Amino acid sequence: MLWRRPWARATLLLTPPLAWFLLLYVAALVVLLITAFWQINPFTTNIERVFSFGNFSQIFSSPAYRNIIGRTVGIAAAVTVTDAVVAFPFAYFMARIAAPRTRTILFVAILLPLWASYLAKVYSWLLIFTKGGVLSSILNVHLIYSNWAVFTVFCYLWLPFMIIPVYAALERIPPSQIEASQDLGARTWRTTRLVLFPLALPGIVAGSIFTFSLTLGDYITPLLVGGTSSTFIGNIIYSNIGVANNVPFAAAMAMIPIVIMAAYLLGARALGAFEAV
Amino acid sequence: MESGWLRAGLRVWVAVVLAFLFIPIILIVLYAFNSSNIESWPIAGFSLHWFAVAWHDNQVRSAFLLSLRVGVIATALAMLLGSATAYALSKFAFFGREAISFLLVLPLALPGILTGIALNSFFSFTGIQLGTVTIIIGHTTFCIVVVYNNLIARLRRTPGSLAEASQDLGARGWQTLRFVTLPLTATALVSGALLAFALSFDEVIVTVFTAGAQNTLPLWIFGAIRLGQQLPEVNAVVSIVIALTLIPVILAARVAGAGAISRTARPAETAGAD
Repeated sequence: MLWRRPWARATLLLTPPLAWFLLLYVAALVVLLITAFWQINPFTTNIERVFSFGNFSQIFSSPAYRNIIGRTVGIAAAVTVTDAVVAFPFAYFMARIAAPRTRTILFVAILLPLWASYLAKVYSWLLIFTKGGVLSSILNVHLIYSNWAVFTVFCYLWLPFMIIPVYAALERIPPSQIEASQDLGARTWRTTRLVLFPLALPGIVAGSIFTFSLTLGDYITPLLVGGTSSTFIGNIIYSNIGVANNVPFAAAMAMIPIVIMAAYLLGARALGAFEAV
Repeated sequence: MESGWLRAGLRVWVAVVLAFLFIPIILIVLYAFNSSNIESWPIAGFSLHWFAVAWHDNQVRSAFLLSLRVGVIATALAMLLGSATAYALSKFAFFGREAISFLLVLPLALPGILTGIALNSFFSFTGIQLGTVTIIIGHTTFCIVVVYNNLIARLRRTPGSLAEASQDLGARGWQTLRFVTLPLTATALVSGALLAFALSFDEVIVTVFTAGAQNTLPLWIFGAIRLGQQLPEVNAVVSIVIALTLIPVILAARVAGAGAISRTARPAETAGAD
C-alpha cells in the first residue's frame, strides 16, 4: 500500500506546488538573470543571445543611472528610519499602556489601511498634493512631483508594516526586565534606551525589511506623485519593458535591487530579525 | 513606569498617527461623492453621479469582470497548492524542508517588480503570449504564499496528538483529514482564501508586467490616473476597490481573529521561523 507510506504522501502533496514554483517562479528568476547579460540589437530591436556585461557597464558608467540608484536607496533608507521613529512610540503605547480592548482596536486600525487598495492610497495623496488639492488650498504648500512627495507617500504606505513587528517585539518583553531596570535606578529614558530598544531591535529590523524592500521595488508611486523629477530604479525597469522594449536592460537593472536586498537580508539575519516575532 | 506626561504625549502621538493613516482613505471616498468634475478642495457638493458613470462604462465593467475572474481562479489554485504545501511541511520532517518554506515566501519578501519582470522575461523567453492566463499565473504565485502562511501558522498551534488520537481510534488517513484536521483548520483556510482574493483583486505592480493588452480594474485605474483622464470616475471606481478589498479582510479577521490578517504582512519572519 504505497499511499500509506509517509514519504509517498509527502511527495504526492508537495509535487504540484513545488513544480509550480520551480518551473514558473524559479525558472523565471533564472531567465531574468540570464537575460540581464544579453543585449538588444539597436537596429532590429531583437534580443541577441550573446553573453556580455554591456548592460551593466552602461548602467554604472552613466551619471544619470547612478543618480537614480542613489535616490532610490537614499529614499528607501530615509523612509525606513522615519517609519521606525514614528512606529516605536505607537507600538510602545499598544504593547505597554493600552488596555486589551484598545489594543485590539488599534491592531485592526493599523491593518485596515495596510490592506486598503494600494492604488487608492497613492491616488488619494495625488489629490492631496496636487495644485488646487487639499494641501495647497489649506496650507499653500506645493509638494507634487518632488522627492518629498514620494518620500511622504512611501512613509504613509509602509508604516503599518513597521508598527506590527515592533509591537510584537515590544509585547514579548517580560515586565520583570523593565522592573529590574527601574529597581536598579534607571528612569524611563534610560530604560527605553538600554532595555526596551535593544530588545525591540529585531522587530525594527524585521519591519525595515518591508519598508526598505517595498520602496526599492516600487515604480507606481514615483511615477504618479514624483513624475519626471523623482525617477526610481523601478521606473527604469518599467519604461524598458514598455516604451523602449529593451528587456535585457530592464533585467540588468532589476539585478540591482536583488543584490541590495540579498545583502540587506543577510545583515538582518545577523541582527536576529528572523527570530524576532 | 511612565509618568502622566509621557502617557498623555503617547496618546496624542497615537491619535496623530491614526489620523495620518485614515485621512487619505476617508478623503478619497469623499471625493467619490463629489458632484463637480474638477478635483479641487473643498468638494463642490454631494452626488452619486460618478458611480452611475462608472457603472455604465463598458471598459470599467469588463476590467471589473476580469479582476473578479482572475481573483477567483488564482485563489482556487492557491488554495490547492498552498494548503497541500502547508499540510505536507507541517506533517513531515525531511531534508530540504527549510529550503522549501524559504522558497515559498520569496514572492512576497522580494520587491514585487522582480516577480513581475522575471515572469515577463520568462514569458517572452518561452514565447507564451501575455493575457488572462499569464495574469493568473502571476497572481497565483503570490496568493499561494498567503494561503500557506495562514494555514501553517494554524497547523503549528494545533497539537499533533489530536490526529494521533484519531488514528489510534482506528480512523483511516482520509477520515482523520476529513473529521479532525479539516475542521481544526477550516477558519484558517477560509481566511487565507479571503486574503488571497483581496490581494489579487488589488494587485497592480506584478500585473503590469504580465497583462499584455488586458485590463484588470487596477490596471484601468493606473492608466486613467497616468493619463489624467476620467478622474472623477476614477474616484468612484477606487472607492469600490477599497470596499472590495476591505470586506474580505474584515471577514477574514472575524472568521480567524485579527492575528490572521497580520500574518501575511510578515512573510520574512515566517521564512526564518521554520
